[in-house]
Amino acid sequence: MPAYTLRINGASRQVDVDGETRLLWVLRDILNLTGTKFGCGIAQCGACTVHLDGAAVRACTTRVAQVGTREVTTIEGLAPGGDHPLQTAWIAEDVPQCGYCQSGQLMAAAALLAKTPKPSDGEIDTAMAGNICRCGTYDRIRRAIHRAAGEG
Amino acid sequence: MATTRPMERRDFLKLGAVAGGGLFLLIYAPDSAAGGEAALSPNAFLRIDPSGAVTITVARSDMGQGVRTALPMIVAEELDADWDRVHITQADAHPDRYGRMMTVGSTSVRNGAWLPLRNAGAAAREMLVAAAAAQWGVSASTLRTERGRVRHDASGRSAGYGELADAAAALPIPAAPTLKDPARFTLIGTSPLQLDARDKVTGRAAYGIDARPPGLLFATVVHPPVFGSRVKSFDATKARAVTGVRSVVQISTGVAVVAEHTWAAFQGARALAITYENDGFAMSSADIFRSLAALAESPGVEAKRVGDVQAAMAGASARVEATYEAPYLAHATMEPMNCTADVRPDRVELWAPTQNPQGAQQLAARLAGVPLDRTVVHVQLMGCGWGRRSSTDFVQDAVETSKAVGAPVQVVWTREEDMQHDFYRPAAHVRLTGGLSADGTLVAATVRVAAQAISGGRNGVDSNAVASVADTPYAIPNYLVEYCRATNEVPVGYWRSVGPSQNTFIFESFIDELAAKAGARPGRLQARAAGQRAAHAPGAEPRRRAIGLGLVAPGRPRARRGPGRGQGRARGRGGRGVARARAHPRAQGDPRGRLRADHPPAHRRGTDVRLGRRRPHGGAVRGDHDRERARAAGQLQQLPHAAHGRDARGRRPRDPEPCRAGGRG
Repeated sequence: MPAYTLRINGASRQVDVDGETRLLWVLRDILNLTGTKFGCGIAQCGACTVHLDGAAVRACTTRVAQVGTREVTTIEGLAPGGDHPLQTAWIAEDVPQCGYCQSGQLMAAAALLAKTPKPSDGEIDTAMAGNICRCGTYDRIRRAIHRAAGEG
Repeated sequence: MATTRPMERRDFLKLGAVAGGGLFLLIYAPDSAAGGEAALSPNAFLRIDPSGAVTITVARSDMGQGVRTALPMIVAEELDADWDRVHITQADAHPDRYGRMMTVGSTSVRNGAWLPLRNAGAAAREMLVAAAAAQWGVSASTLRTERGRVRHDASGRSAGYGELADAAAALPIPAAPTLKDPARFTLIGTSPLQLDARDKVTGRAAYGIDARPPGLLFATVVHPPVFGSRVKSFDATKARAVTGVRSVVQISTGVAVVAEHTWAAFQGARALAITYENDGFAMSSADIFRSLAALAESPGVEAKRVGDVQAAMAGASARVEATYEAPYLAHATMEPMNCTADVRPDRVELWAPTQNPQGAQQLAARLAGVPLDRTVVHVQLMGCGWGRRSSTDFVQDAVETSKAVGAPVQVVWTREEDMQHDFYRPAAHVRLTGGLSADGTLVAATVRVAAQAISGGRNGVDSNAVASVADTPYAIPNYLVEYCRATNEVPVGYWRSVGPSQNTFIFESFIDELAAKAGARPGRLQARAAGQRAAHAPGAEPRRRAIGLGLVAPGRPRARRGPGRGQGRARGRGGRGVARARAHPRAQGDPRGRLRADHPPAHRRGTDVRLGRRRPHGGAVRGDHDRERARAAGQLQQLPHAAHGRDARGRRPRDPEPCRAGGRG
């Protein structure tokens, strides 16, 4: 069984799994990074969104063998101390309800702001379109992204 | 809010011993959710440490409705606590310590906590004040409290609650502490930061699926794809060959694949070859709707009767008939069904995302064959609930699997299993007739609902099926509601509000149809029908009464109208929500159009404490993202247009979505 060395949240982690294993379950079940959530398993809900070299990807469909040398960032590694401008804005706007989708929402939003520091409503809607929130917090998510962009 | 109802004033408090000092109150309260019976049941803990930290034990489950913040707010308000020093602990399941822990129906504040928790906070505050008065040799009436301190303004002295906690704990507990005048509330009515908001934005919040006891194995269960079927036999050769799979075991609900991680378990499950008993079942949604329609041909059980419908209908100058159908709906919680269990010969430990901690505890104890007091159930946060997690089927999966393999196991269902093995909102076929007088007044109406029953109900009427029609806000002088009980194999259960989620739309749409027939504006007909309920508002204009009933918004600008735009208001049972939606014709020639909410509908949270901001209650209707995304989450059906209206000539916009009752997709 091939062993994979992954760069996750700035640290090097070795995992001994089949290369087909999806990154989501390596993070959650092997490395105990449970902030990344399982929602659908088929890249339709966005709950498992993480960054590969800063780009938002769905961990539930990303094979561990595909990761290579790219840096994996999860919600736990978004900012030391949990004080990323988006996390601060999320709290200021009281975004989460049940909160289950919010790790994925935050990672999608962080990837957006990294490329588009001052996104329009339309750009936010487009970038966030793959992240479902069953509580319907979309309006507050949009406000929080604007707030973080304003402070960024 | 009445504060002196005798029943609720019998709450009392009990002092408990606590290691390390401090004030510790076990709060007893009559469990009004149990029907106002005389039995007293404790329902919360309040602890003030010498450090000044206030810890409140929350004995209801949080699935996004905010009860982990709302309940502490009630205590903190009366206590005059420093909100920044308030912490929560989630209560493990207990048969009677906290009263009824079932968290359903938006009742946590209304039925369980409001007065008991206010009394608890007020009693603790009086004890702290009494302790300070004794220490300083002043009258308690000269002291005041704010933000976790007792102050004596005349001398400038003050002491933190933590400093006074030990002395306060030695004092008698006031039997009937003085409650604040709600006009003086400073916390209730505001939206403070949720106590677990930071955990939710940093990934630290622990949902059911995040439980990680040492030595945990990961599993999934394949359930028979046909309702009512059972596993006959299975071949696990290929499943066991999947890297990471440890074992495959049959349990009473299906076949469990246990592995080193969930991905391996999912792959193992796909590789299983299972044969089932009774798998010849074949029923389509169309079959079910046909059977419901046939059932509705005959009169059902009376759920409500007012006046003489037959005579009034015969005398009406115009009649409108309509049939509406509503489909089965899955809950589709963001977090798929899961549960973690560690079953040992002499004890059981569960980590369960459950709305029903006591039911989970009882089931686990019975299945594992251990006493209730050796069955520990940790109640986890939930990624949505909506009634789905009041069932304990997923708990059974975890307990049986852990017992079978002798190790702690987390069972996670695939999304496909989650959608396929729900307790669905029952499909419904609803027939309505309305009679209008010459001046356009609704003088008679009949409603006949054909649907499966969720509960037994009184006189054979499932109250869920007829909710919002049997208890309509309108005063229709001649009115008949009937219920026709359907039976089939599809599992049904509590889905959000159940009846009001569809019947409000159906009935209000029917009002619109009546208004069109009468040549009146729907709001006008609504107001007039509401105004007929004049007994408690004599002399008031119909519109004013309609405002009182929540049917017309006061002081709100009228929405712009025009082709493709409109605004509707409706009131369901409980009056907890008003939704506004806007229809967007997608393109010429597309009859389906598109419906979008202008803003998330103003469903007030079930917790009436947080009135400072209105927000969707646990995920009412989506905001303004597009329909395809809604469909991906199985949520689209929550939009009112998904009930299929059909007019008297049998036309309807489209047929119901096919849903396969059997067969794996």
